[in-house]
Amino acid sequence: MTEPTKRRDVVITGIGVVSALGDGRDATWQGLVTPEAGQDLIDCETFKPFCYYKPIEVDLSTQIPKRGDLRQMELWQRLGVYAAGRALDDAGLKDDAARLDTLDMIVAAGGGERDLEVDHGAMQLVERRGAPDAELNEFLATNLRPTLFLTQLPNLLAGNISIVHGVMGSSRTFMGEELSGADALRIAHSRIAAGQSDITLVGGAYNGARPDVFLLFALTGQIWRGTPGSVWQRKDEGGGFVLGSGGAFLVLESADHAEARGATPIARLGHVSTDRTRRRDGQALDSLTRQWQTMRSNTDGRTLGVVSGATGGEPATGIERAFLAKLSDERGGIPVRAPASRTGHLMEAECLLNVALAAIMLDQGTMSPADPHSDVETGDQSAIDTALVTCLGNWRGEGLVLLDKAPR
Amino acid sequence: MTTRQLIDPHGRSIVSVTGMGLTTSLGRGVEDTWRRLAAGDSGIRRIKRFETENLKTQIAGTVPEFDDDAKSLPERSEIIALQVAEEAAAAAALGIDGDFPGPLFLAMPPIEFEWTIRHDLAAKLNETEALDYIKLTTVADQAPEVYRHMFELASISETLAERFGTKGSPISLTTACASGATAIQLAVEALRRGEIEAALVVATDASVNPETMVRFNMLSALSTQNDPPEQASKPFCKNRDGFVISEGAAALVLETREHALARGATELGVLAGVGDKADGFHRTRSNPDGKSIIAAMQNALSDAGVTPDDIDHINAHGTSTPENDKMESFGAAAVFGERAAHIPLTSNKSMIGHTISAAGAIEAVVTLKTLAEGRIPPTINYDLPDPAIELDVVGNTARDANMQVALSSSFGFGGQNTCLVAAREPLA
Repeated sequence: MTEPTKRRDVVITGIGVVSALGDGRDATWQGLVTPEAGQDLIDCETFKPFCYYKPIEVDLSTQIPKRGDLRQMELWQRLGVYAAGRALDDAGLKDDAARLDTLDMIVAAGGGERDLEVDHGAMQLVERRGAPDAELNEFLATNLRPTLFLTQLPNLLAGNISIVHGVMGSSRTFMGEELSGADALRIAHSRIAAGQSDITLVGGAYNGARPDVFLLFALTGQIWRGTPGSVWQRKDEGGGFVLGSGGAFLVLESADHAEARGATPIARLGHVSTDRTRRRDGQALDSLTRQWQTMRSNTDGRTLGVVSGATGGEPATGIERAFLAKLSDERGGIPVRAPASRTGHLMEAECLLNVALAAIMLDQGTMSPADPHSDVETGDQSAIDTALVTCLGNWRGEGLVLLDKAPR
Repeated sequence: MTTRQLIDPHGRSIVSVTGMGLTTSLGRGVEDTWRRLAAGDSGIRRIKRFETENLKTQIAGTVPEFDDDAKSLPERSEIIALQVAEEAAAAAALGIDGDFPGPLFLAMPPIEFEWTIRHDLAAKLNETEALDYIKLTTVADQAPEVYRHMFELASISETLAERFGTKGSPISLTTACASGATAIQLAVEALRRGEIEAALVVATDASVNPETMVRFNMLSALSTQNDPPEQASKPFCKNRDGFVISEGAAALVLETREHALARGATELGVLAGVGDKADGFHRTRSNPDGKSIIAAMQNALSDAGVTPDDIDHINAHGTSTPENDKMESFGAAAVFGERAAHIPLTSNKSMIGHTISAAGAIEAVVTLKTLAEGRIPPTINYDLPDPAIELDVVGNTARDANMQVALSSSFGFGGQNTCLVAAREPLA
């Protein structure tokens, strides 16, 4: 086997994060330390019995100035393009046209938003009126909107980022629910570490107001009905996640590249690993344990905290609990926080959101306050200099991300 | 291949192709499909699977076995993905069946709900009730087991990973019409990083359904020349009016050459270069300056360590839309200069239509086969050449040529431009 290319350090130099906790690094930290922040965004009426988090209000025009561009996007793309712009701003790249022209990009995206009026009308037509197929064709041809088609293509989030922000290096879009975000981060990290890219924008976005997605995950039995509460407290009623709305984008670059252009690292991205198991006989727990073994030596003598990707869905949250218990035993206690209790589940963007939150905590030097309703989250604010982020898919995929405080 | 060269001109592992699989509207299997492509056969027909009345476009390159079948997009896409992966894995004979020693890279279409599931659930509700998604959730627990994960985006990769025992987290990706090329690119990059020694690349798309056709019709992207169907796709012709949407899948087993030679594998060719460049001009159109198309081609050439003079053949994206063929020839002229008019170029889409997410990988397989056979399959329906396009289009009948290196291009909505350089043998 060929020797792996010499690896370079990878740092995070920009974060754009929009969630129920806030918009941007500072507001998000304020949201993390304010227990009631974002609770007013929970909407349990519109799609009863399902609750979801409405998006926090942001002035989209600050990142997407052209109204024509906004009209070409549905909410998930708007949130994503907005968060991507905030990340580029944070990294000091917004006006650097030359760098943007070669900036690489990996986006994690789900299926686009359905036109509910058209879908519901079509269902009524076909299932209730028994209309012939020719009539359905006519209905679709009359009622579908061409712009909406483009807002439904997963790769058009990246496409819109190219158009609005001028990010025009390589552009790739991963799909596949939660792990697509973790894998986007893994591959962006590997490419930079191996010298295949100097700087990459990685991110994803989600709109939680998705009745079709409520059905998608009602089929798998993983969506929560009722008020959210803590992700750690849903198991007795079968578990389930509550969808959130927001976006998370990170600018990753080689430490040398950041230094050369005078960018200040927010955190160092040490390890990103992912796996897929069949989830039989403790395979997922074994995989997480194996992945942890490959990175644990980098945490010796460090003060570690865990930002858990637990979203309340089962069996994933149960697997997570078991892994965290093992980790806690090994280290004699460890602070854990599961932000999904506060933000809802951002699906493809979930792992990226949690990595962003971990970087923000590292930058602050401390974990956010513990969830008072959870036996998993203990201790109040704890100082940390290293963070482990767990990224489990509700159906498939196990991943771990290790970050540490940026060298200053 | 006679040399034992293992490292490419940039000092990286050479990436060999040791297995290939193909399913298109022309049939199953690389050999059978190749024979029909070389003969200039068309797979484009009137759609039989569903009612086409009130659709502007009524033709497609559907996979024949789905003609009388009510399967949904993810089911069809999965079935042909399994077929091509079986063929490629068997050809490569790598490891034990079901224990493939590398990861999966899957190019696939986006998945959304379809009538099958809505219909089954609606039937379980009281007939007087109005229908919406929330209503359907009340009977979700009564849905047939087959639907449980079918509409999750990880469903096809999960089936493939389970069947072939690929390692690690599978990558499911989309870069629209460039997806197949992007899947190959990601695998090549991972092999060069030394993370893996083998990869299974699969690209599949069976999106032909009324809704998809209506959507593409709204963008004026599809040909509406329904009669006769086999003459609708006419890349680089003056009277071209859009692409013909099609179904198909391709798979490639990629290995570091060192790994392939060490186990005595038969090499089918080399993936020498990959290159991409995004375009930020418009959601569905390239910048008229052609910069990103040109850069994607140049990036692939320089990644392979070759110059424009080294390219013996171009397997074009050639969709038969007015926009693509114009911009693609503009790009080729910029990159190859006067030689552009003398490099034999062809579009497989003239025969099998545009397989969207699968096209880049299908055309990579055909390109490798073209190099190995020394025969370029024709661009059929090349009867009224567009006088503004000065390319050496291999029109209507196959042409024999001695070729070493070829460029295969893919361009997609969302500013996606990805090009591959394939070679018969490693490049010195």
